[in-house]
Amino acid sequence: MRAAPLQAIVRVLSAGPGTTLQDAGRHGYLRFGVTAAGPMDRLAHATANLAVGNPAGSTALEVSVGGIEVTAESAPLHVAVAGGEFALSLDGRPLPSATVLNLDEGAVLKIRAGRSGSWCYLAVAGRFAVPKVLGSHATHTRTGFGGVGGRAIVAGDGLGIEPSPAPAPSANAIVAPWLDRPLGTVRVVLGPQHDYFADDQISAFLAGPWTVSAKGDRMACFLEGPRLTHARGYNIVSDGIAMGAIQVPGDGRPIVLMADRQSTGGYPKIATVIGPDLGRLAQARPGTGFSFEAVSIAEAVAALREEAALLARGVVVEPLVRTHLSSEFLLGLNLIDGVVGLDAFG
Amino acid sequence: MTLVASVPATALSAPRFLDAGEAALVVEFGDTVDPAINDRVLALDAALCADPPAGTREFVPTYRSLMIHYDPLQIDRDALVAIVRRATGAVVEWQGTATIWTLPCCYDPALAEDLDEAAQILKLSRDEAIALHVKATYRVYMCGFTPGQPYLGGVPEPLKISRRPTPRPPHPAGAVLIGGGLCVVAPFVMPTGWYVIGQTPERLYAAERKDAFLIQAGDALRFDPIDLATFRNLEQRAASGEIVARKSAA
Repeated sequence: MRAAPLQAIVRVLSAGPGTTLQDAGRHGYLRFGVTAAGPMDRLAHATANLAVGNPAGSTALEVSVGGIEVTAESAPLHVAVAGGEFALSLDGRPLPSATVLNLDEGAVLKIRAGRSGSWCYLAVAGRFAVPKVLGSHATHTRTGFGGVGGRAIVAGDGLGIEPSPAPAPSANAIVAPWLDRPLGTVRVVLGPQHDYFADDQISAFLAGPWTVSAKGDRMACFLEGPRLTHARGYNIVSDGIAMGAIQVPGDGRPIVLMADRQSTGGYPKIATVIGPDLGRLAQARPGTGFSFEAVSIAEAVAALREEAALLARGVVVEPLVRTHLSSEFLLGLNLIDGVVGLDAFG
Repeated sequence: MTLVASVPATALSAPRFLDAGEAALVVEFGDTVDPAINDRVLALDAALCADPPAGTREFVPTYRSLMIHYDPLQIDRDALVAIVRRATGAVVEWQGTATIWTLPCCYDPALAEDLDEAAQILKLSRDEAIALHVKATYRVYMCGFTPGQPYLGGVPEPLKISRRPTPRPPHPAGAVLIGGGLCVVAPFVMPTGWYVIGQTPERLYAAERKDAFLIQAGDALRFDPIDLATFRNLEQRAASGEIVARKSAA
């Protein structure tokens, strides 16, 4: 009997609530009532994966504002973080919020909520060695599907990575200007049930102004703003729900249904957030203000095409010194020679 | 499953095409819970599942509409609408999946937590309510809410009850519920605004089973009353992966 090949492990030292494993989603089972789950911000999720050489839809840790602290066990790990503007540090030395780096055994990568953003993604070169449910690692905690036993990540979890990644070049900043997305205006396609609202209510819906409520989670983003009224009642016979559907229940407060939404539902859906704008909305912190803009299917598809072209070009990294960093940050780098190698300064 | 083109397509109203964003199209045949409308949804679903147009991802049948998830970079919205129009013109009658499930159901007070409350609201005795529930044959209009959960139409009139004004605490997996004039079997523990009138030992979703999902839209379903001892026995057998419901052809 040969010894099992050495497996690198992501060891979770601490984790706030709401951090889960997510791949591109559990697709194909909506007809049986299975929620797809998947990343809240698919562009950031893809960016982190591409930065370590994984396919865009690979499994990665979706880190909430609760943050996470991890180390590598048994072998070094090649990891990338991308998403909102989170505060990252490696053994106490700060790093840019979108970074690809080599995590040595025992080195501690700390990710905490930063200046903006609600989610970031920690991708690891290789594959997470956890069982799939219906072909996917995507975690849906309400039904206990996927991830680690269907639950959020907790301190002490050890996630095996196979194959063990090759040592990577030293830390580099990920050049991803597309992750800097202030909320401003969110584009929607009206419908499928906008005919349940009079024209003045459609106008009020578009104009807002809306703010993101603190009540949201992976299932839904609750909005605060004008109360909308229904022209034809608010109970409809349940039908399918797409991600980004904006349902308006009886109290007139719109709810945007996100990654962990139920497959079907029974409130009129006034509009649907276009796919390319969902990540931007998901990243908005509670209290962020915005309005909606109605676009045509053609305009929505053009935005989708742009997003696809952007990812097709791949992710570019650059030495840390070339990014705009504070003097404290540069001072930090000088102190960790050997962790972030000198070649990072090119 | 049989599709029969016996009624001229022109005799039926054309479906409405509604957009749910740039990647999902709703094909709506009506806005009520009606077996004839659901027939058309399931007929279109069957036709598309048998030969999925390139660029489509998933079909989700519900009471009165079919949601088609698609990749708009692979198939244009108008091209998809044209394909669906042709498909709805070709198949107009749905003959069902020809599957009838008989699901064991225990109405013992230990499991049927809300049966007395519901019977009282309906002005029925407990036994009358059970007899009505057992007598009916139900139609699976759709699955949704949680994995493997069927929504059942065909509830006898005297057993039709409104939803609770406020939700009750979570019910166990396998709970049989009535509310909103319908019946569901709930495979996952969830809070609910419906009434728990029984429990089945069958697992409608079981990850390790070859057929992870037991029931699909278009199936028919009946309940077979069992006592508490039988329930406990069947529950153990179901836990080991056995299917304890009976399946028969229509």
